[in-house]
Amino acid sequence: MKLQLNGASVDAEVNTLAELLISEGFGGAKVATAVNGAFVPVGLRDNHILREGDSVEVLAPMQGG
Amino acid sequence: MRDFYGTSLANGFMLGTAQYPSPAILADAFKRSGASVATVSLRRESGQDRAGQDFWQLIRDLNVHVLPNTAGCHSVKEAVTTAHMAREVFGTKWIKLEVIGEEDTLQPDVFGLVEAARILSQDGFQVFPYTTEDLVVADRLLDAGCEVLMPWGAPIGSGLGLNNLFGLRAMRAHFPDVPLVIDAGIGLPSQAAAAMELGFDAVLLNTAVAKAGDPAVMATAFAAAITAGQMAHCADPMEPRDMASPSTPVIGKAFLE
Repeated sequence: MKLQLNGASVDAEVNTLAELLISEGFGGAKVATAVNGAFVPVGLRDNHILREGDSVEVLAPMQGG
Repeated sequence: MRDFYGTSLANGFMLGTAQYPSPAILADAFKRSGASVATVSLRRESGQDRAGQDFWQLIRDLNVHVLPNTAGCHSVKEAVTTAHMAREVFGTKWIKLEVIGEEDTLQPDVFGLVEAARILSQDGFQVFPYTTEDLVVADRLLDAGCEVLMPWGAPIGSGLGLNNLFGLRAMRAHFPDVPLVIDAGIGLPSQAAAAMELGFDAVLLNTAVAKAGDPAVMATAFAAAITAGQMAHCADPMEPRDMASPSTPVIGKAFLE
């Protein structure tokens, strides 16, 4: 399935958002997620089914003013 | 000092975490500053280097209050979604709400700001809105649920100081019970002291320390200035006057003509 992950194209054989995070190296990381511009809380990632072309954002703490 | 949503801060120094030459210099500057609040942000994470994880550990080790921002957001939807993501990652209801309206000045879109502040306040966030010194906008933000206001001193990163002293003084006088923070535009410790002398409760700055030749020393200087300004305000400064008034008593002066 082709997806957009943080603006880059990825081809991932996954069903859910939680599976995508593990397959792309985010396992155990402190991150927040959004799919197609909508926030997906950590508790809903297991049940959030991804679909072809979905745009996934994975954000982490960063420097800010 | 006034509370910030029920939280009492040790001092009025809020310091940003961006643009430092290295994480070690950032940590040293914070240590020397004694700042009670660190502002942070959210950005895309890489599954390979996971840079955000190390940064988060560094921030936790600072042992200060964390104030996440919505920097770079230009729409209500973007800011609200970012705020939700920040609340989950940082584990705080505090959000420094920025809805940017203009690229050259990075001034807030105050219409979007009020709308986003209302949505977030109703959802349990404790909003620190980055706003202007406009009194009408301030009233709307309070109506929307904000209990803190953060007017700019000058455009973000400009170092110009307090551009509208009259407007800021009017804001302080108009909202005597609202915690007010000067956010953005501060370039020198003297400007931070001036803000505190006006009666503001805190100063939030970043570039002035991070881009100084010696961030740790500049952080120390800001800490001293903020303390001095706050002490001066509490000591009830004299009223300025247009004409001279001799400080040395005239009575008893010798006649030596």
